[in-house]
Amino acid sequence: MGNVVLIILLGLAAVAGLFGAARGHDALFQAHAWVIVAASLVAIVALLQRLDRPSQEDTENSYADGVVRFGVIATVFWGVVGFLVGLVIALQLAFPELNLGYSFSSFGRLRPLHTSAVIFAFGGNALLATSFYVVQRTCRTRLALGGLHWFVFWGYQLFIVLAATGYVMGVTQSKEYAEPEWYVDIWLTLVWVAYLLVFLFTLFKRKEPHIYVANWFYLAFIVTVAMLHLVNNLAVPVSFLGSKSYSAFSGVQDALTQWWYGHNAVGFFLTAGFLGMMYYFVPKQAERPVYSYRLSIIHFWALIFLYIWAGPHHLHYTALPDWAQTLGMVFSIMLWMPSWGGMINGLMTLSGAWDKLRTDPVLRMMVVAVAFYGMSTFEGPMMSIKAVNGLSHYTDWTIGHVHSGALGWVGMISFGAVYFLVPRLWNRAGLYSLRLVSWHVWLATIGIVIYAAAMWVSGITQGLMWREYDPNGFLVYSFAETVNAMHPFYVIRAFGGLVYISGAFLMVYNVWRTIKGTPEIRAVASDVPATATANSAA
Amino acid sequence: MSEKKTDEVTGVDTTGHEWDGIRELDNPLPRWWLWTFLACIVWAFGYMIFYPAVPMVSEATPGVLGYSSRAAVHQDIQDARAAQSEMISKVDSLPLAEIRQDADMLQFAINGGRAAFAVNCSQCHGSGAAGSPGYPNLNDDEWIWGGDLENIATTLRHGIRHPGDDETRFSEMPAFGRDGILDREQVKAVANRVLAFAGQPHDAELAAEGAELYADNCAACHGDAGKGDREQGAPNLADAIWLYGSTEADIARQIHAPRHGVMPAWGDKLDPVTIKQLTIYVHSLGGGE
Repeated sequence: MGNVVLIILLGLAAVAGLFGAARGHDALFQAHAWVIVAASLVAIVALLQRLDRPSQEDTENSYADGVVRFGVIATVFWGVVGFLVGLVIALQLAFPELNLGYSFSSFGRLRPLHTSAVIFAFGGNALLATSFYVVQRTCRTRLALGGLHWFVFWGYQLFIVLAATGYVMGVTQSKEYAEPEWYVDIWLTLVWVAYLLVFLFTLFKRKEPHIYVANWFYLAFIVTVAMLHLVNNLAVPVSFLGSKSYSAFSGVQDALTQWWYGHNAVGFFLTAGFLGMMYYFVPKQAERPVYSYRLSIIHFWALIFLYIWAGPHHLHYTALPDWAQTLGMVFSIMLWMPSWGGMINGLMTLSGAWDKLRTDPVLRMMVVAVAFYGMSTFEGPMMSIKAVNGLSHYTDWTIGHVHSGALGWVGMISFGAVYFLVPRLWNRAGLYSLRLVSWHVWLATIGIVIYAAAMWVSGITQGLMWREYDPNGFLVYSFAETVNAMHPFYVIRAFGGLVYISGAFLMVYNVWRTIKGTPEIRAVASDVPATATANSAA
Repeated sequence: MSEKKTDEVTGVDTTGHEWDGIRELDNPLPRWWLWTFLACIVWAFGYMIFYPAVPMVSEATPGVLGYSSRAAVHQDIQDARAAQSEMISKVDSLPLAEIRQDADMLQFAINGGRAAFAVNCSQCHGSGAAGSPGYPNLNDDEWIWGGDLENIATTLRHGIRHPGDDETRFSEMPAFGRDGILDREQVKAVANRVLAFAGQPHDAELAAEGAELYADNCAACHGDAGKGDREQGAPNLADAIWLYGSTEADIARQIHAPRHGVMPAWGDKLDPVTIKQLTIYVHSLGGGE
């Protein structure tokens, strides 16, 4: 019955898409309308095929793990896509001929494709999958609101496809990390509200007396991202059948809104969400209690309160009023210890289990991730200091900083979670190969170190060259000369990226062999346990 | 679940909560963490006392240092201008030749010219002013329009074939091949004559054939011996320096349908002092006369 209603709704969506394709004011909007038609038709066919087959998961006594399985596969898939595009644009910077002369293959189009693919497609799917897994386990209840989580998952994939195809075709509202135009933003809002509802209602019907710390972080991530997304994307479409809109903000207000959004995308998407991930998977993998409950409370609230103010440090020495620059800087400094609270709780959870690092490469992956988290969250406050920022801003140092956080923290904690989840979700005795995981840890670590070191050297070189005056007070270097000086480091950076991505390919193979290869040995583990202790044995 | 247990490994109590097998130790906040956090907060509030920080009704608190980034950058620019003002006014008032006589002023003009060259000229002439096909090398002693200070300054001010500047340097060699003045064989012959001027390997028979054609068609501008004429902007053909390539095919192509480069009239875009500095810089590169 529910499926029939869904099919009718999807049919209406397809008709609306056809209307948009026929009447859209520009070719880009029409192309996206066709994407909607195609997506609706695919969904209708998929639903028709399972009309007479009731889902095997449809019982209140089992965890909704189907969506987590899809989420893990989407994480791995989009991860590889995002890393590959990153490697391509790194090579384009070193060898500009690789822009190929087409608009759709130019750096300007591919760069947002890379950033959105790794942050929102790879990171977003990792957060969706793990939050759905973790909230069910730690609340000892199935996801709330029926099959709404499937809408969240597939709706989010549609958002990714619309965003990605838009970037390549040239649809953009020119806001960094928020490039998709108004209609894609509205769609993401719907999906995100559904995500928030599923998560909240699952928490409401939990069978544990307390809410586990991982869920605080996941909830903070979901709520804050909703707020950031709504405010930064406020815009007036030129036409409801066209792809162009104008931002509600202008001038320095627009810049500040954008970096309030941009910095908190780092703070709440890439930090809070992934801390939620860490708070579940590190203690599970180490089989040790979390180091300090009190620290988790204090650093959670301090992080949530302080992060939201730090955005203006992206606008030092600009038209932004001095007072806002001051606040952006001092809040970033105050953020240092709250950020490190997460690192301490992650690392110290291993006390009594350090020996496992020798034998368990999955745990090693997570610990390296936490170490990179600690390093980036020290580097960040340091770079927010105006005197340091005066040198580092607009240089590759920023790129290096972002990637030590993204490749090191976000990437590696997600890989750890994937390695934890795959055997459990597909009921395997273990991973296909721990040796490959160990190789992945080393390749990823070495790749990041090469990448970040190249960017430190090039960034500081760049910053110093830009500000070098001769004794007569004339600039010594032209901009083109500083670009020329970056070339060797761009080559080294691309090599670091290649090393990192080769580790990711090992993960793809390992995950694929684990899912396909080993026979099912474990008992089905996705039933909701009657008591907490029964589950803790699993 | 809510029963306190003692963790066997560390001897620390748990909080009694448990989720999916995860327990929490009841460790206190690490002291160093807490003190560092508090120190950061104290520092932050201290900084906010000294610098503009708290937005009030009409404006923000100014901070006891009275710092303003606008005022600071304004001051920096003032200081930089003041530091250069004496030299700038000297360069402005003195003739080019006299600037070259004074070592300090010469160094100042060369440094200023180099900085302006890197931003405005290197796109065509290259970072080291070595040029590239179509863009003259400025390090050598071949000058199409003259290499003394005044001639370099005139070229800089008015450009070459710059539309809209009445005094721009202008020369236009006829398209001998394309416009049917010479046929293909004749073009080839003249090309070999030119190669002979330059002392490069050539077909002596063709060069001899081309000699008369050269005398009739080319010598008026390039001179009987191919030495060129700076008054008309006709390049010297009797040396090893070539703007569009040195092979027979390159030369024949240029005779067939010559390309004519354009240089902007920088007098419209740069101030007179910068033009003077650029002149002295270019003059100093090696070929100045």
